[in-house]
Amino acid sequence: MIKYILKRLGYILIALYLIVTATFFLMQLAPGSPFASERDFPPQIEAQLNAKYGLDNPWYVQYKDYLIDTVTFDFGESMKYKGRSTNDMIAESFPISLTLGIEAMIISIGLGILLGVIAALYHNKFPDYLASTIAVLGISVPSFILAGLMQYFLAFKLGLFPVSGWKGFNYSILPALAIAITHAGFIAKLTRSSMLEQSSSDYVKMARAKGIGKWTTVFKHTLRNALLPVVTYLGPLTAGVVTGSFIIEQIFAIPGLGKHFVTSITNRDYTVIMGTTVFYSIILLFAVLIVDILYSVIDPRIKLRGAKK
Amino acid sequence: MTQNNQQFDKFSPDMFKIVGNRQDESEKLAAKSVSFWKEVILRFSQNKLAIFGIIVLVIVTLMAIFVPMFSQYSYREQLGIYNAAPSAANWFGTDDLGRDIFVRVWQGARISLFIGITAAVIDLIIGVLWGSISGLAGGRLDNIMMRIADILSAVPYLLVVIILLVVLEPGLLPMIIALSITGWVNMARIVRGEVLSIKNQEYVLAARTLGANTWHLIIRHIVPNALGAILVTMTLTIPSAIFTESFLSYLGLGVPAPTASWGTMASEGNKALTSAPWRLFFPALFISLTIFAFNAVGDGLRDALDPKLRK
Repeated sequence: MIKYILKRLGYILIALYLIVTATFFLMQLAPGSPFASERDFPPQIEAQLNAKYGLDNPWYVQYKDYLIDTVTFDFGESMKYKGRSTNDMIAESFPISLTLGIEAMIISIGLGILLGVIAALYHNKFPDYLASTIAVLGISVPSFILAGLMQYFLAFKLGLFPVSGWKGFNYSILPALAIAITHAGFIAKLTRSSMLEQSSSDYVKMARAKGIGKWTTVFKHTLRNALLPVVTYLGPLTAGVVTGSFIIEQIFAIPGLGKHFVTSITNRDYTVIMGTTVFYSIILLFAVLIVDILYSVIDPRIKLRGAKK
Repeated sequence: MTQNNQQFDKFSPDMFKIVGNRQDESEKLAAKSVSFWKEVILRFSQNKLAIFGIIVLVIVTLMAIFVPMFSQYSYREQLGIYNAAPSAANWFGTDDLGRDIFVRVWQGARISLFIGITAAVIDLIIGVLWGSISGLAGGRLDNIMMRIADILSAVPYLLVVIILLVVLEPGLLPMIIALSITGWVNMARIVRGEVLSIKNQEYVLAARTLGANTWHLIIRHIVPNALGAILVTMTLTIPSAIFTESFLSYLGLGVPAPTASWGTMASEGNKALTSAPWRLFFPALFISLTIFAFNAVGDGLRDALDPKLRK
């Protein structure tokens, strides 16, 4: 187990190094400069700005500085918003994204399992068709379209929710739903098929034969085993929720990290791009690792690769 | 007891005759023999959702080919009527520059389908080569190749794609490169898994002893036997590529104007949602319908290829 975790940590470090290096060289190649959008200023000032951020150094010096920045996790001041450090921006906006993300995860897991259980219990009956249709629709309609439609119908036309912004719980419902529904669809599909598989197994038949009620069997027996494949989906779910926030925060004007990441890219704000990329990578890589470890803890049949001697 | 004997008395030995061992009868098959792929097609055609998906895909493809060719408007032509609601002249209405949305939707279908299919084909080629070489070679080479795949798949996909697109100027080719740069890893893993289970079968051993080289093994033995898994993976790659393309276009990293892409149209439509909702509605409808159709066909194929579901 420890050997396996160490091995995975090794991969994570290599992957992080690759991401960091690739980001650096891609940014070097990228056209445009962070100061391009400002009014024409004399070359002396531009030279001074470049000197301030170390952009006039040869690439290997910049690369070395950048690696040191990464290891100490100090990316310096934003090139676009003077006087704001990248770390401050992350510290300020990440809690917002985290709230939204956790809400979206709770909705997608809850809704997905509920739909899946209903579909499996009423296999090939009306509730199954209804739940499966909702799941398929959720998978097929991209989140940004769903976000637009919900904003139009539920917020703008019916006035049930605020259209955009981030001032309280009310404001988070639509964005969280928009991120969650695609994943809820996937989870519903997974739950349905593994529930169906489990419900034809002997221990479930035994429980039913003993006279245990339908729902008690589901919650005490079937669901526990049927949820294993759903646990594997938690890794992709985390990644999906994080990347989903890039677009959803944009649509609903939420000042989260996703919005900062996207604006920093269009602004060529190098320090912020690098900071957020590294930050996101760390979160995603560790999320996948934690899910894998969790999976082996929940299901003792799973032996982690590399764990055996 | 006596009654029974009385009944048996009715039969005398000369009423029976020995027919011998009728081999031709006993070996006869009750049902007509059906080849594997015929059976797959049969099972696939019984899946209503998958057939619906196929019909949708055929219609979308035909419309994408013919509408821009024969329409009276071109996708970049500005008609002078801005944000007009759907009417007899402009079936899906017009956008803020007065361009006909009906033509733009089908022009966008060309772009989206092209990007989706090309990305899937590139994934297929790299994935099959990587996976089968790694699986066949085994040992140290296999280890190294799979570790590279592990590390690449650990890299968050969209993050890399976004950064890559910032550097390469937005366009068709950069989009395809960005989509397939880490996309092949999944295919490579699936092919490797198939190869590992195929390569120890007797016929592969026989081919090897007859002097077949690796290339011949891949083309003649591995690929045909792994075809099912490859086909399913490919059908499910296309909708995710189409989704990613529209996602990136939505962020403003897609193919540049005036080219129409479903993602860009949806993104522009979202901004004009309150005044001209049809500008979001039509591209959104066709993105969703196409993604749904590919998913339905992929799921249908997987079920049809699964021997466990054979009736």
